[in-house]
Amino acid sequence: MDDDSKSVWKLLESVPDPEVPAISIVDLGIIRDVSIIAGIVTITITPTYSGCPAMHMIEESIRTALYSEGFEQVQIKTVLSPAWTTDWMSPAAKERLREFGIAPPQQTSAELLLQIGSGKLSTRPAISCPYCRSTNTKLQSEFGPTACKALYTCNGCLQPFEYFKPH
Amino acid sequence: MSTSSALPKCVTETLLELSDDRLVLGHRLSEWCGHGPIIEEDIAMANIALDLIGHATNGLTLVAAEMGDGVTADSLAFFRTDREYRNLIITEQPNGDFANTMVRQFLFDAYSVPLLQALSEISVHSCEPLAGWAAKCHKEDLYHLRHSSQWVLRLGDGTAESKGFAQDSLNNLWRFAGEMLSPSAALTELFKQAPTRLAEIATQWRKTVAAVCAEATLTVPTDPSRFVVGGRIGQHSEHLGHLLAEMQSLPRSQPNAQW
Repeated sequence: MDDDSKSVWKLLESVPDPEVPAISIVDLGIIRDVSIIAGIVTITITPTYSGCPAMHMIEESIRTALYSEGFEQVQIKTVLSPAWTTDWMSPAAKERLREFGIAPPQQTSAELLLQIGSGKLSTRPAISCPYCRSTNTKLQSEFGPTACKALYTCNGCLQPFEYFKPH
Repeated sequence: MSTSSALPKCVTETLLELSDDRLVLGHRLSEWCGHGPIIEEDIAMANIALDLIGHATNGLTLVAAEMGDGVTADSLAFFRTDREYRNLIITEQPNGDFANTMVRQFLFDAYSVPLLQALSEISVHSCEPLAGWAAKCHKEDLYHLRHSSQWVLRLGDGTAESKGFAQDSLNNLWRFAGEMLSPSAALTELFKQAPTRLAEIATQWRKTVAAVCAEATLTVPTDPSRFVVGGRIGQHSEHLGHLLAEMQSLPRSQPNAQW
């Protein structure tokens, strides 16, 4: 990888997810490719959830970050395939989520598919509290303030927390 | 008209049909925003609507790129008439009460999940955008199916009152199931080489519906002698016109507005 591409990746590592500032858009696996041809930087991104409204803001943030470092010609391309998955989240990113008070995904997307496909509607894995690590936690809401998170309460330390759903 | 088509016609038509399903159903769910019975369901329905509208946006963007001629996802969504929409008639039915909305959602999700699974498995190169689109929608629809199934269970196997509401909705919406059981011309063409794979979708739908209704102690209605059909060819119930009038009113009143 040439120096310019490397510095673009480094720049993108500093662009946080607007809803979860503890992790960057690179951590999340949103950035699929960086290419620089004839001075034009093309960033290929993939949306997390199809209807995620933060994607517009993320595009703006990418442009702002690149313009501020002198990259004037920026193109952003969106691809749907391969479908974004939480499996792409690094262990370091998951630890940062936990520190921020968000429980990271505790199943792989394959495990989730198996579980939902099994038809056993009420079984769910016990989600561990990001604060006290107890698995004595209760689902409050399947969906939360963002498409990607559910709301839980910990019966151990009594704190509410968000759970980043496996996808 | 565009001079070169990269996608086979049955792919574009399927994308249009399925995107219309999601745009209309997403719009219906968005009507619940602020009116949900409890806040968790207000949030759930808004999130599901957002997912569905996102699917429609992605799908219509692909269709628009294929049509060329200045067509955009927005122009497809906001400037087609009801006769040009290809959504399933069940998606345009009014929300009614919460039970009705959940039963409608369940019947749709039970159809979507196996359909999208089948579409995502198509490995023909020319169908790649459809397969990619379907794979993404499928992942999100799994959560929708879990949510709607759980509500059918709670309502059906709930109080006598909740069971009454759920059973009535199931009985009333059953007439629209036919469109999900018999594929459109475009879908049939798409699965021309694998008709059994297509037939499996209807089988899976029947199985899922039977299993969840059994657990919910609800009675699966008998098929009518004639299902209500026609959505895929632009023949809709009276409800779609009113829905589109509302959904399209702003862009139509300000057609040149830039957002």
